[in-house]
Amino acid sequence: MLVLFAHPSLERSEVNRPLARAASEVDGVTLVDLYAEYPDFAIDVDREQGRLLGHEAIVFLHPLYWYSTPAILKEWQDLVLEHGFAYGSEGKALHGKLFFSALTAGGPEEAYRAEGVNHFTIRELLLPLEQTAIMCGMIYLPPFALFGARNAVDQGRIESHLSDWVRLLEAVRDDRLDIARAQDLPRLNADLGAIIAAN
Amino acid sequence: MFQAFVYLCAAVIAVPIAKRLGLGSVLGYLIAGILIGPIFGLVGSETKEIQHFAELGVVMMLFLVGLELDPSTLWQMRARLVGLGGLQVGLTAASIAAVLLLFGVEWHLAVAVGLIFSLSSTAIVLQTLSEKGLTRTEGGRSSFSVLLFQDIAVIPMLALMPVLAVPEMADLGAQTVTPATGLEGSDATDLHADMSLVEGLSGWAHALVVLGAVALVLLGGHFLSRPLFRFIAESRLREIFTATALLLVVAIALLMTLVGLSPALGTFLAGVILANSEFRHELESDIEPFKGLLLGLFFITVGAGIDFSVLFGDLPTLLGLTLGVILVKGAVLFGLARLFRLAHGDRWLFTLGLAQAGEFGFVLLSFGLQSGVFAVEAAKTLSLVVALSMLLTPVLFVFYDRLIVGRLGARLDAEADEVDEQGPVIIAGIGRFGQIVNRLLVASGIQTVVLDHEAAQIDIQRQVGVKAFFGDATRPELLRAAGIEKARLLIVAIDDRDRAVQLVEHVHRYYPNIKILARAFDVNHLYLLEQAGADLALREVFDTSVRLGAEALKTLGMHPFKVEKMTRAFRWHDQTGLDQLYHLWDAHPDVARNRAFLARVKEHGETLAQVMETDRLQLHDRTERGWTPPPKDYHRHLS
Repeated sequence: MLVLFAHPSLERSEVNRPLARAASEVDGVTLVDLYAEYPDFAIDVDREQGRLLGHEAIVFLHPLYWYSTPAILKEWQDLVLEHGFAYGSEGKALHGKLFFSALTAGGPEEAYRAEGVNHFTIRELLLPLEQTAIMCGMIYLPPFALFGARNAVDQGRIESHLSDWVRLLEAVRDDRLDIARAQDLPRLNADLGAIIAAN
Repeated sequence: MFQAFVYLCAAVIAVPIAKRLGLGSVLGYLIAGILIGPIFGLVGSETKEIQHFAELGVVMMLFLVGLELDPSTLWQMRARLVGLGGLQVGLTAASIAAVLLLFGVEWHLAVAVGLIFSLSSTAIVLQTLSEKGLTRTEGGRSSFSVLLFQDIAVIPMLALMPVLAVPEMADLGAQTVTPATGLEGSDATDLHADMSLVEGLSGWAHALVVLGAVALVLLGGHFLSRPLFRFIAESRLREIFTATALLLVVAIALLMTLVGLSPALGTFLAGVILANSEFRHELESDIEPFKGLLLGLFFITVGAGIDFSVLFGDLPTLLGLTLGVILVKGAVLFGLARLFRLAHGDRWLFTLGLAQAGEFGFVLLSFGLQSGVFAVEAAKTLSLVVALSMLLTPVLFVFYDRLIVGRLGARLDAEADEVDEQGPVIIAGIGRFGQIVNRLLVASGIQTVVLDHEAAQIDIQRQVGVKAFFGDATRPELLRAAGIEKARLLIVAIDDRDRAVQLVEHVHRYYPNIKILARAFDVNHLYLLEQAGADLALREVFDTSVRLGAEALKTLGMHPFKVEKMTRAFRWHDQTGLDQLYHLWDAHPDVARNRAFLARVKEHGETLAQVMETDRLQLHDRTERGWTPPPKDYHRHLS
């Protein structure tokens, strides 16, 4: 499992940093801190494509910036998902791999609906990622999202989110995730118990 | 010459063995002294004279301690210094005197003995603490505060001795003191006899002269020493700088002795004054070897001076007295450690470390003898007790190591974080290159120690507020004084190519855990530095040249982001070449004759244009990689 982590000001991160650390401690997970490896955005395409080939599930871990990923993850897509590698008649390198985004959003969940201030659900806002995954022949799963992330520490919601995160990663690793049911959810952590089979 | 041979021989044999056995160097020296003195009789009465000379080692040690403590740190210690130190001296003296009174000893004598045993051995304790790396722990600092207070307290104690004299013995004492008494004398008393600036002066004049001398040390240290050292440094004669450093220490010791103050205290003050000077590390590295040798010599003479005839004459009594002194002192120290809330491990370090009597005890004893406080026999016995307790100190430290630290292992580890000085970054060379590196690090909140061998360069840096020190960074002693053992990172930016490589080699070999970043002049130098063990070496003009090239392309009208892509490709190509060529270079570093190397250089140069000019639609085009648009009709093939 490859977790591509993007947070440009790690020293101020309250949620993403513990999420990244927890992921790095799960067996079978490769955690890549993109801003640390490419502080000048000069992404090494060969190396990144090599990493993709070596993993069965690809996860973006990031805060939600303007309804999308931080800039380096977009740069990563622009550079790494090349024609002939990720898409096109010859580009089948990613076929069948699992993809989802694990994100933290500042606003509360009520804000992410037609009548809320953001007018769209989080799954709708991430349609570009969903279509990118489809174009690359990947299996797209809805995001693993934490809402109201700015207050999560104060409200003591971090611990349960962290244990959900580890539980999800282990389930993906051990093939215990009910993919068909997961694909229909608005977000992965809406009902983890329903989509993860017991050990 | 034979004497020198005997002393050195004893030290060279005994000290490494003692150290290997985990007993510490101090015990090694003491044993060496016992071997050559009382046991084999290789040295005799001249040990006393040698001891006078060797006391300069104690003086130098206090100077070095002073260099580590700038005035503000000393000021922060004031509560502990006066409170802890004052209580230790007062309570110990009172307890010992009280015990003696209980045994029916006359009160004058009881107080005098109490005072003598309230002092501890600065030499042994500080040497052992620094050897074990405990100087900066709470226990180490508290011990140091107490020792410093004791050094100051010796002065009024010396003044008090004549007052404590029993009248009938005063005349007797004056007569018996002249012939050798078997006591280790001290320069303080001896010099008092032959020369003094204060003898025969009235009280206020005496005080004035003493104050004048202290003021001379403080003001001279502050205002005169730096121009002097700068002048000497510019002569570029290393041995003259060393001589000047020694002269400074000896001169202050002499001045203090002349006015009746402790020479150790005087040099300590001078050290504190110079602690912020740019010559600090150079002075440290110059004085350090002398201090080490003289202090070792001092310990040997303590061992050699033990009078076995008196010792075995009444061994049980002497051992009883020694253990009694250690017990009483230890009890007082332990109580104080609790009062001042030292943690468990520190409390035991403080208690066991300071429980001995000290070298100042000898001074007070011979002075007391002279003033008629003690009879000769009593003085001999007391001086043996002092020596025995010093001899037992390393044993107590071994006890601390094995029992207390062993049992407290886990807890001490947790406390290790409190050691306040974080490992610094050492920057060797503060020319144009080092300056920029230093500015970036300091601005990012990193503590740096800057070294340069140009006094003028250091001066300029100091004026703009950089903490820079004078000294040749390629000298191992200076590196040690600058704190290389605790450093996290060494940055090599000195102008001399060969010495830069030597420096990297030395640090890599002796301190393999320290990361080394180095400035290289060219590719050959870069390879030499990496071969010597540098973790990273960068060519000094490479980045600037690439940037200027990029500016040229922009000036010619190329789109700035296209230029960015070109320079990225250029850097990538260059780095790949450097990595590949290293192996060929390593096999045969004489580049001019290394045909394989030269051929590869040519070949690599030819691939550059290829790398940067390949067809944009090809996948392995480095300049356009990833922003390559898909083929024009690609959507027809998408399902």
